[in-house]
Amino acid sequence: MTSSIVQTSFARRHLLTCDGLSAGEIVALLDLADKAAESNRQVIKKRDVLRGRTLINLFFEASTRTQSSFELAGKRLGADVMNMNVSNSSVSKGETLIDTAMTLNAMRPDILVVRHDKAGAVELLAQKVDCSVINAGDGSHQHPTQALLDALTIRRAKGRVAGLTVAICGDILHSRVARSNINVLNTLGARVRVVAPSTLLPPQTERLGAEVFTDMNAGLDDADIVMMLRLQRERMQGSYVPSTREYYHFFGLDHDKLARAKPDALIMHPGPMNRGVEIASTIADHSRSVIRDQVEMGVAVRMAVLEAMARLLPNH
Amino acid sequence: MRKNGSSAEQAATAFLNARLIDPASGKDEPGGLLVRDGKIADLGGHLRRNAPERAKVIDCKGHVLCPGLIDMQVFTGEPGQEHRETLKTASQAAAAGGVTTIVVMPDTEPVIDQVALVDFIQRRARDNAAVNVHVMAAMTRGLKGQEMTEIGLLKRAGALAFTNGKTSISNARVMRNVLLYSKDFGALIVHHTEDPHLTEGAVMNSGEVATRLGLPGVNKAAETIVLERDVRLVEITGGRYHASTLSCAESLAVIRSAKARKLPVTCGVSINHLTLNENDIGPYRTFFRVCPPLRSEDDRAAMVRGLAAGEIDVIVSSHDPQDADTKRRPFAEAADGAIGLETLLAAALRLHHNGEIGLMPLIRAMTINPARLLGLPTGRLEKGTPADLILVDLGQPWVVDRDLLRARSKNSPFDESKMQGRVLHTMVAGNTVYQYAAGDRS
Repeated sequence: MTSSIVQTSFARRHLLTCDGLSAGEIVALLDLADKAAESNRQVIKKRDVLRGRTLINLFFEASTRTQSSFELAGKRLGADVMNMNVSNSSVSKGETLIDTAMTLNAMRPDILVVRHDKAGAVELLAQKVDCSVINAGDGSHQHPTQALLDALTIRRAKGRVAGLTVAICGDILHSRVARSNINVLNTLGARVRVVAPSTLLPPQTERLGAEVFTDMNAGLDDADIVMMLRLQRERMQGSYVPSTREYYHFFGLDHDKLARAKPDALIMHPGPMNRGVEIASTIADHSRSVIRDQVEMGVAVRMAVLEAMARLLPNH
Repeated sequence: MRKNGSSAEQAATAFLNARLIDPASGKDEPGGLLVRDGKIADLGGHLRRNAPERAKVIDCKGHVLCPGLIDMQVFTGEPGQEHRETLKTASQAAAAGGVTTIVVMPDTEPVIDQVALVDFIQRRARDNAAVNVHVMAAMTRGLKGQEMTEIGLLKRAGALAFTNGKTSISNARVMRNVLLYSKDFGALIVHHTEDPHLTEGAVMNSGEVATRLGLPGVNKAAETIVLERDVRLVEITGGRYHASTLSCAESLAVIRSAKARKLPVTCGVSINHLTLNENDIGPYRTFFRVCPPLRSEDDRAAMVRGLAAGEIDVIVSSHDPQDADTKRRPFAEAADGAIGLETLLAAALRLHHNGEIGLMPLIRAMTINPARLLGLPTGRLEKGTPADLILVDLGQPWVVDRDLLRARSKNSPFDESKMQGRVLHTMVAGNTVYQYAAGDRS
């Protein structure tokens, strides 16, 4: 049996998934992100870690906050950032994912940040290019920087992640955020629960390391963190869930359900929120809501990831 | 919605000298039963001869006193087709037939697929119905088999179970999601199993009779195919599933195997499929056109055996009022459906009198079994439960005259049939809602 090497820093060419990240790697990134969060609160936010480097945001699926968060992170580290929204350009002209990747590769970027609506697409692309690739969300698979920013938000608010009970509620079936969070939170020693109607639960979720609840009140009992997920509108019209009204009634976070969690429980949401569908409007703006902190930590975590990767980029 | 006892000062009623039959406890013994404040206050051998003071006494003369019947498949025309049947007329037919609880189906106009419509039925029933009326709500919007209804909210509003009415859901994905979703609420899914594509254009069971009559028939496999699919879906979802009205031996084999695997699967049969077969159609008698179609005598006999063996859980009347506008037509153009509330018990007793099945399994399938499936407190003779009771003279002969039946529509396949056994007294929550008087009506 080979002895396991404890990673104390993040040294990977790509960040494609949270599955397999060690606690040491995650903590190293969170520590770096803490520093980035500090520097982001200074008047002069710009540093030169990525000076001369090119970062391309390649988004096959529309995004506002993740894309702008990566753009800001890259710029604050001094990189040249280019945004490519492929959803309405070459792909619609019939170009395959691989062709697009090869075309971009020829432009010699240093880091590609990729979002795609199909699981595994980012990994496929990473195999074909010479630069570093960061997964900014692939289908229902993974969204690593979201889970890292969530962990950072929790750690800063609670002082720790280990031992906390985190209830992830909503559309687990289609959620890359849930999958990445289950990985990261488990690795950091939290107790993870998922709460959803059976129609929005992938089979054998418990094998991923989450306790499964179909009754939200039970799922929120004594939780330290209530993490709500977005439910897309097209999934509320009777296929997975009968209606937004019924969903809100049984799975929307309102004051009654929140009362089941610990009195100091934090409320999180990766955004964008459907107020009155998965979360009551007053709860989104609650004093225990850290939803806006999540956005701030998003930039910090992405800077940390870029900075860690920059150390491995070839220098010749 | 349950009927309540009329007032707190209701006098106690004592049924003396009865043959108490209670399938829930398996008891069949002489005794008496005391009703007070709408509930069963006491029962047993010690009440056989002696009533408490001031109690109103009913001498049962040795006749059967058993729980009122629960019929979990009743179609009415309210709302939308009130000329065929209303909740009021259906409940009157039920009371005369010994049925103290009816579960009405959502196949109305509009379809019962919203909370407000469940409320509507409950209000109308409270004001007009003689017996308990519960709602089985639609499981897909408009019964179209596409989009799930608000199963959680409907259940909370009082819907006892969920069904797609007279149609099967052909989309397996929709069926799977309904079973998955309903499981979270412990809701029962009741499904009519007939492949809509195979049955398209068919008007009866396929086979020799259909061929002689020159009518398009459907193979009974249309039923078993959907049932087999559903059982697979129950296996992967864990949803509670009840096949509403099975009609052939092959389907029973599927149920047997599902039950052996401990799946949450149950099934029902209509009284028509226990007592009639395709030969009864004779010269194109449209009152024998039902859904699923009447099958062969072998299948009928298999259904009775399945009932006796406990493979079939529930008997329903599948009461389905149709008017002359839908029945007085060429067979192929007529609507499916037969009324059955008032003749349910008498027709079932035929099987007992013929020696095909014992009294206990017969009554069990119309009392405690549906009560347990639907989570009702009735269907049993037990202290403290609502006094929904019937007194039955098993031997009394009578002839069905459709003009004397209380249902608003007269499409009875048992018209002019000789019956043996009739209801003498029907009580709902301690109130007498029907009493037979010699020389009265039929």
